[in-house]
Amino acid sequence: MSKESKELQAKAQWSTQRTVDLLLDNALYILMIIAVVVIQIINNSFLAPASLVNILSQTAAYLPAALGIAGCIVLTGTDLSAGRAIGLTACISASLLQNVDSANKMWTGIGTLPIPVVILIAMLIGAVVGVFNGFFVAKFKLHPFIVTLATQLILFTFLLSYVKMGNNNGMAISSLDTSYTDFVKGSFISVPTGNGSSAPIPNYVWFAILLTALMWFIWNKTTFGKNMFALGANEEAARVSGVNVVMTTIAVFALAGAMYGFTGFIEGARIGTNTANTGLNYELDAIAACVIGGVSFVGGIGKIRGVVIGVLLLRLIFVGLNFAHVPPDLFYLVKGGIILFACALDMRKYLVKK
Amino acid sequence: MDQPALLEMRGISKEFPGVKALDNVSLTVRAGTVHALMGENGAGKSTLMKCLFGIYSKDSGTITLEGKEIDFKSSKEALENGVAMVHQELNQALTRTVKDNLWLGRYPKVGGFVVSEALMDKKTREIFDTLGVSVNPKAVMSTLPVSQRQMVEIAKAVSYDSKIIVFDEPTSSLTEAEVEHLFRIINMLRDKGCGIIYISHKMDEILRISDDVTIMRDGQYVATKPAQGLTMEEIIKLMVGRELTNRFPPKTNKPGDVILDVQHMAGKYTRLKDATFQLKKGEVLGVAGLDGSGRTEVLENLFGAMTRQGGTITLHGREIQNRSPKESIKNGFALLTEERRATGIFGIRDIRENTVISSLKEYLIGGVCLSDKKMAEQTEWSIQAMHIKTPSQKTQIRSLSGGNQQKVIIGRWLLTKPEVLLLDEPTRGIDVGAKYEIYQLIIDLANEGKGVIMVSSEMPELLGVCDRIIVMSGGRVAGEVDAKNTSQEEILTLAAKYV
Repeated sequence: MSKESKELQAKAQWSTQRTVDLLLDNALYILMIIAVVVIQIINNSFLAPASLVNILSQTAAYLPAALGIAGCIVLTGTDLSAGRAIGLTACISASLLQNVDSANKMWTGIGTLPIPVVILIAMLIGAVVGVFNGFFVAKFKLHPFIVTLATQLILFTFLLSYVKMGNNNGMAISSLDTSYTDFVKGSFISVPTGNGSSAPIPNYVWFAILLTALMWFIWNKTTFGKNMFALGANEEAARVSGVNVVMTTIAVFALAGAMYGFTGFIEGARIGTNTANTGLNYELDAIAACVIGGVSFVGGIGKIRGVVIGVLLLRLIFVGLNFAHVPPDLFYLVKGGIILFACALDMRKYLVKK
Repeated sequence: MDQPALLEMRGISKEFPGVKALDNVSLTVRAGTVHALMGENGAGKSTLMKCLFGIYSKDSGTITLEGKEIDFKSSKEALENGVAMVHQELNQALTRTVKDNLWLGRYPKVGGFVVSEALMDKKTREIFDTLGVSVNPKAVMSTLPVSQRQMVEIAKAVSYDSKIIVFDEPTSSLTEAEVEHLFRIINMLRDKGCGIIYISHKMDEILRISDDVTIMRDGQYVATKPAQGLTMEEIIKLMVGRELTNRFPPKTNKPGDVILDVQHMAGKYTRLKDATFQLKKGEVLGVAGLDGSGRTEVLENLFGAMTRQGGTITLHGREIQNRSPKESIKNGFALLTEERRATGIFGIRDIRENTVISSLKEYLIGGVCLSDKKMAEQTEWSIQAMHIKTPSQKTQIRSLSGGNQQKVIIGRWLLTKPEVLLLDEPTRGIDVGAKYEIYQLIIDLANEGKGVIMVSSEMPELLGVCDRIIVMSGGRVAGEVDAKNTSQEEILTLAAKYV
């Protein structure tokens, strides 16, 4: 073989490799686009304004918790207590904001509290849960999986006890004050859906956008954010560089907890009837969204953009499967498959071929 | 000794469970000098420095810096008070950028908690310019070669503007030009009046750069001497506590016929480009070369731990594939890996499990149940034959010294009855005394008719133990030399052939 043809062959090989790499790196998005197109062909109302607003709203509802958990994953950890923390704060928020005239009002002694106070209470309770998690992780060097598994169980007892307090006797907490439901589910912008009707964009979408911006700022622009990434990438390096490892870890979990508190506040009104089972398994969806979005369990890697895309993709799939008339029993198979596929693709980037 | 004492460590002791790591050690560093700290592995050099830097808390003793008594509780405190350290292990956040690593723990801030990227860029450039370091501040750490990462680490330690800077084996991954660069930086710091503590095993470096030399042995202070007029032999004598007349055992093995023939072996994903060589029965074949020349890749490709791209391997006239370590072991190969702690030992498991792990099939009763008795017998054989010093077979391997750990692994491989032993840096991290025993074992193995291929970065060791040496350069075999009639100069010339 002549020298030129050898070079040509090498060049060709190189470019095929590059194309394959490019396709694999973006395989998730490519498949997602194909899925959207196929679902749209099966059912052309999938991409109608009403449906899009629905997907957007669902994404907004699940996003804050995922943003919180993402920080724990960046630290090579996880947080299994998110769901129960959301359940607890949802029930507490709802019970503090019930209609005064309701016969089922849980706390008859108090009127309807101001909204900002309740948000603060919910986020504070979430943060306390986070500090508890972070403390055991940082001080006793326990794996976050173990700590939050325990916390999650402890929280469930609190939750079960809470719904039996006051006049409630374990019933669902509903009859919410309109100030609460309006604040969360009300809308000031609607998208016209044709033939005179319109799909309102609920307020909690704007809250989610606000929180996403705030988290982006914290992750990328503050010392705390940079310390978090350094800690996740190499704890020892962070320690010898003078980073306060214990406080940073606790702060990451506390921030995550505050996010669960906010999610709880939103869910309380969004769902409307709150029981001890509110929030169940939310953490699994949130973790799934993070890993799909490229927040790696390897540690020190992840982007806010990725988390948003992860949550959006999961919601898109769920709504899409409904539209495509796929039997609900199959949903979990699809979800499991996507998680495996996404993580395998993700790990591919960190594998060094030998 | 006219300069004033900048740092004084007096009577420092530190005990870990079961080990007295430091016993009444003293060290005085004068301003504007380089103070070398020497001693074998485990002599307590790094422990002493970690006591200074606040990573360990000392049990007793005093440390004074510029006449003021100090006792740092954390690295942060040490850094804030003018003590910086280049750590032996590269401790970096690999997924982050160079500048993020450089300013970790002290990001330039605006408004209390917001990081100023602009200020960070500016200060990074300033430091790199002063030190003459050419690394892209925005590059992600993991994309840089190890030597550049090391330079970033050095720049970081210097940038704290400290009075005392500790360099713990800073040159282990640097090229020769970079070592010169580092020495220029150190001289600059010395002229500024800093006190430098320099830890290294490389005697020529020590004698060149340092003003004073302190020697430690077994956690104790031995002596402090001016570097001027000190010889390598004297240092070794002080380090070992006895004179090392024979560093290598007599070579009694007699190479026989060729058993292994490797033609044009190349790696698919790794830097090995073309390796052709033969190995004789009862021969010790050395593989020399600079870091990154493909030494390790020769062994790992041959063993199937790396994927090959062409080439043939012929053992006893029969072509074999060695596609995976499992297949290679079946074909009679054994590989002692380079990083003992990472890929050699199972640290928290006991000696017996570490010994039998590669030959488990031999101990099966009825093909199902492992016989404890057989495993204990074979482990006992290995302990005796390798002269392993251990309280029992049930001892965790990580509690043994490096030399004894290495012997356990050699014993592990001998139980697979290999014909070709591949040894990658067999004496790395092993005390001078224990090295002799490993050399003896290697020559004994050759005497028993096994073929040994040994990679080493220490040239005297290759010259002392091997029969023939192949020299790698840029992923190719640059030449082959007879160990008896060659010199370090000849090997170095070959090693630079394809660089």
